[in-house]
Amino acid sequence: MARVTFKIWRGDKQAGEFKEYNTEVSEGMVVLDAVHQIQAESANDLACRWNCKAGKCGSCSAEINGMPRLMCMTRLNDMNLDEPVSIEPMRAFPVMKDLVTDVSWNYRVKKKIKPFKPRLPDNDDGSWNMQQQDVERVQEFRKCIECFLCQDVCHVLRDHHKHDEFIGPRYFVYNAALEMHPLDEEDRLADLKKSQGIGYCNITKCCTKVCPENITITDNAIIPLKERVVDEFYDPLTKLFRIFKPRK
Amino acid sequence: MAEYETIEFDVLIIGAGGAGLRAAIEASSTGISVGLVCKSLLGKAHTVMAEGGMAAALANVDERDSWKTHFADTMRGGYYINNWRMAQLHAQQAPDRVRELEAWGAVFDRTREGKIMQRNFGGHAHPRLAHVGDRTGLEMIRTLQDHGIHQGIDVHMECTVTSLLMDGDRVAGAFAYARELGKFKLFKAKAIVMATGGIGRAYKITSNSWEYTGDGQSLAYHAGADLIDMEFVQFHPTGMVWPPSVRGILVTEGVRGEGGVLKNSSGERFMFGDIPDNYKSSTADNPEEGWRYVTKTDRNARRPPELLTRDHVARCILKEVKAGRGSPHGGAFLDISWIKEKIPNAEAHIKKKLPSMYHQFKELAGIDITTEPMEVGPTTHYVMGGIRVDGETQMSTVPGLFAAGECAAGLHGANRLGGNSLSDLIVFGKLAGEHAARFAQENGKPAISDADVNSALLEALAPLDSSRATNAGGAYQIQYDLQEMMQSNVGIIRQEDEMLEAVQGIEALKQRAANVAAPGNRQYNPGWHTALDLKSLLLAAEAVARSAIVRKESRGAHTRDDYKNKEEKFDSVNTIVRMGKDGQMQVTLESIPKIPAELKQIIDDHK
Repeated sequence: MARVTFKIWRGDKQAGEFKEYNTEVSEGMVVLDAVHQIQAESANDLACRWNCKAGKCGSCSAEINGMPRLMCMTRLNDMNLDEPVSIEPMRAFPVMKDLVTDVSWNYRVKKKIKPFKPRLPDNDDGSWNMQQQDVERVQEFRKCIECFLCQDVCHVLRDHHKHDEFIGPRYFVYNAALEMHPLDEEDRLADLKKSQGIGYCNITKCCTKVCPENITITDNAIIPLKERVVDEFYDPLTKLFRIFKPRK
Repeated sequence: MAEYETIEFDVLIIGAGGAGLRAAIEASSTGISVGLVCKSLLGKAHTVMAEGGMAAALANVDERDSWKTHFADTMRGGYYINNWRMAQLHAQQAPDRVRELEAWGAVFDRTREGKIMQRNFGGHAHPRLAHVGDRTGLEMIRTLQDHGIHQGIDVHMECTVTSLLMDGDRVAGAFAYARELGKFKLFKAKAIVMATGGIGRAYKITSNSWEYTGDGQSLAYHAGADLIDMEFVQFHPTGMVWPPSVRGILVTEGVRGEGGVLKNSSGERFMFGDIPDNYKSSTADNPEEGWRYVTKTDRNARRPPELLTRDHVARCILKEVKAGRGSPHGGAFLDISWIKEKIPNAEAHIKKKLPSMYHQFKELAGIDITTEPMEVGPTTHYVMGGIRVDGETQMSTVPGLFAAGECAAGLHGANRLGGNSLSDLIVFGKLAGEHAARFAQENGKPAISDADVNSALLEALAPLDSSRATNAGGAYQIQYDLQEMMQSNVGIIRQEDEMLEAVQGIEALKQRAANVAAPGNRQYNPGWHTALDLKSLLLAAEAVARSAIVRKESRGAHTRDDYKNKEEKFDSVNTIVRMGKDGQMQVTLESIPKIPAELKQIIDDHK
């Protein structure tokens, strides 16, 4: 096809800058192919994460021409190649090196969310009965590949750095998958309100827009959770009832 | 002298895919200390890419299914050189392991009665694969991960083991580098479970990720363990073929399970033209019967020939291409869109049942699979061979060293049935974790010599030696050259002279790898990592090539042009690879222990 210029951010915690690389682009190539080619040709130590190369593992998240995307699912022929293509690491997380960021905060956050707690099995063999229509809503959330692009784009994390008070869209989706699981009996609403900061989300839907799995993060996960929190903690009628019939 | 950090565990698990995670969960449930090391981030291992489902005789969709049928299907699919004890345990325990995943939060697709849904797959007599659309692997790994993080397992992510350390014959620890800063870690352990997956990066056209460089096989081999049946590499019949950059990416067998058909350039369903004798009685002889089977509308209908075993379907596609009846880019057409002739809402049905296939073709190839056929061709997918293990305990021939999942061998024989891999991971992951924990409880701490640690450390640092001639693209180029050679010389159809050439070629590549230089420093340096992976990758490739030369017949996934038939003298032997006293690789044949009469009876009953 043609030779194309890529501006790739190179550096580490201390410092970094965009460096230009030129490589031959052929039909059907995605951004990750170009990065690999550059790595093999002229930058052996260029750091990037990847695994499946098919949009299933969520490893190769980066910002391509300023948009948070998976490098393996971004086709070059959908882009203007007359201009250099810029590739930089996710900006909501600390850089490790080049395109690789330290996403360990996400793993720490997940560990703090109360795990799945099923009701007693319905059948003697330890199994449960659930209808397809009842699991579908949870299945949407369970499509999440943990690419953390939603976290990257969320202004509460990206611009306001509320990592200590706010768990981000990924973990609202995770909470929703647990809360709406037909078998789950745990109650996570107090955590969502207090330590997990769901109130910070002002539903700008940027997370939904960048989700490579097309999960309707804001409408299907965050808003219903917000509604549950409101019902539980802010509904005047409920409050009134509680005065007469306190929770156990 | 470079430093290293020392960390001690009772049991160390290497690899965090389905098998590694399941082993870690089991081992830690006994209250001992467990470490888990993985090359990538947690939850990104190859299991995540598994699509179609996990095979377990739950009998939710067809009550005629039982562990016995599953056992017989697995043995037939493996051409009877499977480890029959493993095939038995697998068939018996898979249903419990699947239900356990549900108890840990997995959300499978449901039947109308609200039970776990099961789908048809190649070589399985009944609908047997529990699944979630076509992203079952993601469901499995996420379930195990989300359960596992609350079990007190110490996880070391982005950490690669480069050597095993020994105390005499017994395994004693593992030496590793942590990717982020390139610092070294010494893991001391009483028992180690290998769960490192396969060797697919030895081939050019592959569905496997960068991680699949045969680490477990190579580490075990160098520790003195036997490998078996390494010649059996599964080429999945349906990988993407176009555009070039996605060549090899998997197209799930689930497409055929949901009614997808294979056609050549003249529109003929060529699979009807070549049905092997041992599957004739169970295969449909016309499209209508096949459709009734797929839709489960006729309990007596036989499966369509598209659902024959993977080795056979891959060969049939190649044959069409060679005869000039292939698709424009050298594959065959796989069409699921045709079901719109049969059912209303076909488009919605396809998107519901095969969402990631729809997405994958739409995004990467610009093809809408609900309206047009896909182009597919064989891709390197799985290695049936691997570390030889005891069927009961999953211990290798090295005391204290266990293996589970793809890096272990035995269950699948000469050819793996689709869906038996995910169930393999949870059945044998559990057993390996359980027995490794027991071994750790019954044995004291092994000792590791400083000299051994030091030589492991020097070996790991060697590619960074600036006095080595830097040859741009060094490690990558060696990998490409190996992939090209394995693809053309030890690929789907093999012959002696080409394989001998490959063995020589591998020797030459070893020489190059011994002097490979990686520019840059130790901090997250993929060039260095690729250089270190070469040792395992070359070892795995050599084991495949040498074993394939020794097996002078065609059986399952191992197809030879110079020995076209199955030979009786190979009917009940495994190929054994081990390191000789001189350090050279030795390949021998060993008889498989005699199958007990009751298991033989089950096989005969299902013929």
